[in-house]
Amino acid sequence: MPPFERFYEQHRNEVYAFLVRRLGRDRAEDAFQETFLRALRAYPNLRHTEHLRAWAFTIAGRIVIDEHRRTRPEAELPDLATEDGRPAFAELEHLADQLPPTERAAVVLRYGYELDYADIGAALGSNATAARQAASSGIRRLRKESK
Amino acid sequence: MTTVSPDLDRRFRDAAARDNLLDVAYDFVDSPIGTLLVAATERGLARIEYDAEPEREVERLARTFGVRVLRSPAPIDETRRELDEYFDGKRRAFDLPLDLTLLADFNRLVLRQLARVPYGEVVTYGELAARAARPRAARAVGTVMNRNPLPIVLPCHRVIGANGKLVGYGGGLERKEALLRLEGALL
Repeated sequence: MPPFERFYEQHRNEVYAFLVRRLGRDRAEDAFQETFLRALRAYPNLRHTEHLRAWAFTIAGRIVIDEHRRTRPEAELPDLATEDGRPAFAELEHLADQLPPTERAAVVLRYGYELDYADIGAALGSNATAARQAASSGIRRLRKESK
Repeated sequence: MTTVSPDLDRRFRDAAARDNLLDVAYDFVDSPIGTLLVAATERGLARIEYDAEPEREVERLARTFGVRVLRSPAPIDETRRELDEYFDGKRRAFDLPLDLTLLADFNRLVLRQLARVPYGEVVTYGELAARAARPRAARAVGTVMNRNPLPIVLPCHRVIGANGKLVGYGGGLERKEALLRLEGALL
């Protein structure tokens, strides 16, 4: 487990850039602080250290969703059960733990936190195409296991 | 690339300390004898390092105190102020809470005695051993001085050889000499 300072230095700029894209500069500042304070609270209890980057984006993604809900409560969030005929994430979430780490991260970030593939690719240290492939192969695996 | 501004960065580092989320905070303090890395836990001042390599020192702090290590100036401000006053010749004793909890009993005992050696005075390793009720342990006292986690504040520079020579100092003899000269113990 790297010291938190190292984790923060490595990921602060890309997480901030993601928050600025999603929320605009003004709201991104509070969200940035909240992201890393949440990360700091959870940090000593983390079991895995391999996907710290994806984990940071997961927290930031959660905060973006909360922020959208707070400021636009009337807006409907996409229905994960029907969008593109994809499986309802909630029904499959418990299975995601069994996926290989990259697929798991891609599935959780896409279907749990609704990040787009470019952001997921950034979070996983690859690119949008690889993120899309990881998510879809994770979903195929989940479908197989849920049958 | 969109980057975090120094102001936002500072606000996060302050908030992390204010919310008591850190195992250990550190920052750098400029002094006439070089830049010092200063670290503090919630119990008090925990490290002063000369010539610190930040990467390695941050790793070491994490191993010693816990992974929530963050550079954060606010928890170090009081130490910075007292060190500045000391180097300006305006302070003769430090009034800071110290975190010595992770030290061995003997080291803590010796360092407590060391803390009582007044500004501008010197003692020998043997005398300090005697004050710690271990009169034969001069050599062990030397080792404790060498590993002193809080040089300057715990004044191991005031401990010298029986022959009056400065003998050694973790931060280098030049610094020991500079500190004793500052305190008027050397002419």
